[in-house]
Amino acid sequence: MPQPRRLVEGNEAVAEGAIAAGARFFAGYPITPSTEIAEVLSRRLPQVGGHFMQMEDEIASIGAVIGASLAGAKALTATSGPGFSLMQESIGYASMAQVPCVIVDVMRGGPSTGLPTEPSQGDVMQARWGTHGEHSIIALVPSSVAECFTLTVEAFNLSEAYRTPVIVLSDATIGHMREAVALPLPEELRVAARGEPDVAPEDYDEVMSTVDNIMPRPALGSRYAVHVTGLVYDRRRGGVPATGTPAVADGLGRYLREKIYHHQDAICRVEELEMEDAEVAILAYGSVARSAKAAMKWARRQGVKVGLVRPITLWPFPTEAVEHMGDQVRTIIVPEMNLRQIAWEVQAAVAGRAKVVDHGRVDGKLIRPEEIAALIRDEFHYHHFEEMA
Amino acid sequence: MTALVDEELLERAPHDTNLPRVTPHSTAEITSHLRTPHTLWCPGCSNGIVTRALIDAVLTLDLDLDRTCLIAGIGCAGRITAYINWSTVHTAHGRALTVATGAKAADPGLNVIVVMGDGDCVAIGGNHLIHAARRNIDVTAIVFNNSIYGMTGGQMSPTTFEGDLSTTSAYGNVEQAFDICELARAAGATYVARGTSYNYLRLSQLIAGGIAHKGFSFIEAMVACPTYYGRQNGFSDPAEMLKVQKARAVPVAEFDRDGPRLRDRYPVGVLHHAERVEYTAAYADVVRRAGERSRG
Repeated sequence: MPQPRRLVEGNEAVAEGAIAAGARFFAGYPITPSTEIAEVLSRRLPQVGGHFMQMEDEIASIGAVIGASLAGAKALTATSGPGFSLMQESIGYASMAQVPCVIVDVMRGGPSTGLPTEPSQGDVMQARWGTHGEHSIIALVPSSVAECFTLTVEAFNLSEAYRTPVIVLSDATIGHMREAVALPLPEELRVAARGEPDVAPEDYDEVMSTVDNIMPRPALGSRYAVHVTGLVYDRRRGGVPATGTPAVADGLGRYLREKIYHHQDAICRVEELEMEDAEVAILAYGSVARSAKAAMKWARRQGVKVGLVRPITLWPFPTEAVEHMGDQVRTIIVPEMNLRQIAWEVQAAVAGRAKVVDHGRVDGKLIRPEEIAALIRDEFHYHHFEEMA
Repeated sequence: MTALVDEELLERAPHDTNLPRVTPHSTAEITSHLRTPHTLWCPGCSNGIVTRALIDAVLTLDLDLDRTCLIAGIGCAGRITAYINWSTVHTAHGRALTVATGAKAADPGLNVIVVMGDGDCVAIGGNHLIHAARRNIDVTAIVFNNSIYGMTGGQMSPTTFEGDLSTTSAYGNVEQAFDICELARAAGATYVARGTSYNYLRLSQLIAGGIAHKGFSFIEAMVACPTYYGRQNGFSDPAEMLKVQKARAVPVAEFDRDGPRLRDRYPVGVLHHAERVEYTAAYADVVRRAGERSRG
């Protein structure tokens, strides 16, 4: 018996997804348009024996999330652009120290205070490169309320599997949108558990983790004595700092990248629609993908072969799928609520084999299907189009 | 070990605080809690004294070390996490209390001890200090206050006294120094103490008292940095700097509480002790009420 369908807001779906994923700790700071996630979790977490904290700022929020995760709890925070910027240092810490956690960024117009109540996709590069130093990251982009739930669950699973911070890039539209959805039942979900390493405390050593077998770190307060640091550390010596050994630094740096990129095929998910015979494709993500889908359907009704590729995983970038687009279509239209942040990635992946047409908005307004339709018309100038209904 | 204890000062200290009686452990016992015999602390640095005082306090209280974690920030003091072999977390600069707060909230049964430097605690991390104190979360915070940024080579900190020299106050510091203990007390800490690295046993007792206290405990350990503070401010000898601590430290009962904290005298001992509901205990009640409500 599935759950009954009910009207759910995107931010509420993130909160319910987190609980379904086993999250039992949230720390955050109020910020539009993410605040409902905190509000819902302040009510829901104590009901399931979890813990909600409203911290003094976003820096403290991500710090508390890291502390809770180290103590064995699945933990998340939620914020928007200004808070996401404040969290960047500690997101790097979580990446370096390999602390699983989930950061939800409900994107709004920026930079700075920007357009607090309007949607944007201006943080996609901040999600990838916002913290300093070479690192890898996983970022997922929901484009519906249902996906706010399922991708939050997925974010926790990935963060546990790869011992890494995972970012959910929602936006003001997706976060505040309500859709009728039947949220999955617990038995319909795959939820990764936080285990203990499969060795005795005296035998435990970080170096036992390989890119193919990433072992969980024992919790603070378990039988294992762990050392966690943001310094370059020697995985073979209990993780103690090893800043004076270039070979150790190099080995760690490459391991932290490879433990994600080695699994790129398993991590990267894209949705492809009508791509089999497409001559022109739209690549769109998040809320913009909804307009792109409407434009694609209109184009198909007009008799032109247009497809859609929707990255669900934005980082690592689904390079292989986009490379393949370069062989399939002559033009790729990239509408996004920023100015070319992902279009550049697409251009790099297709390496000149297809034309890349970018279309950006930074006025806080949604990209409408008609705007994308106009770009499609330009690619089929011999064809007669009806006006978009 | 007893040679380090100023019996006279101990005698004059107030006895109404019921601090645990610390019995110094042997050097072999203490070093069995270290990962390495080497530290990067300079010769003459007091950080080793406070580290030993902390280990002595924890051993005296017979804490379950599997359930004890030490969380520190960045700076000379933060390096303690690489040396003590319990579960340790070396966090980002200024953020130790945030990580400690999350760990304690997620697992209230953990014994959480935090070590910070003065810049770590009241400059970059000052906001977290006042809020951890306000929440009265059961964490023991120890500040190694050497009045200077040692790790970066001797810059002024919020606890550098007016007039002092540093590499960023070449003409004398014009800013007033924070009284960190007053700050912690005003923000809501329920146990506030100050000790010196000169008076080893008393310092260890003050730390033990903080760990035993349920609620946010704050201990300021006055430490000497001969390399960066001393050399720039006319102290050439670490032992001389410890003697200066002795001269300046006034037992709290004798100290004029209304007087400003001065470079030449400051109160030591338990400065504040109050009982107030502890954060994780209060939240356990939230969980109980939320459960009742959701069951209808």
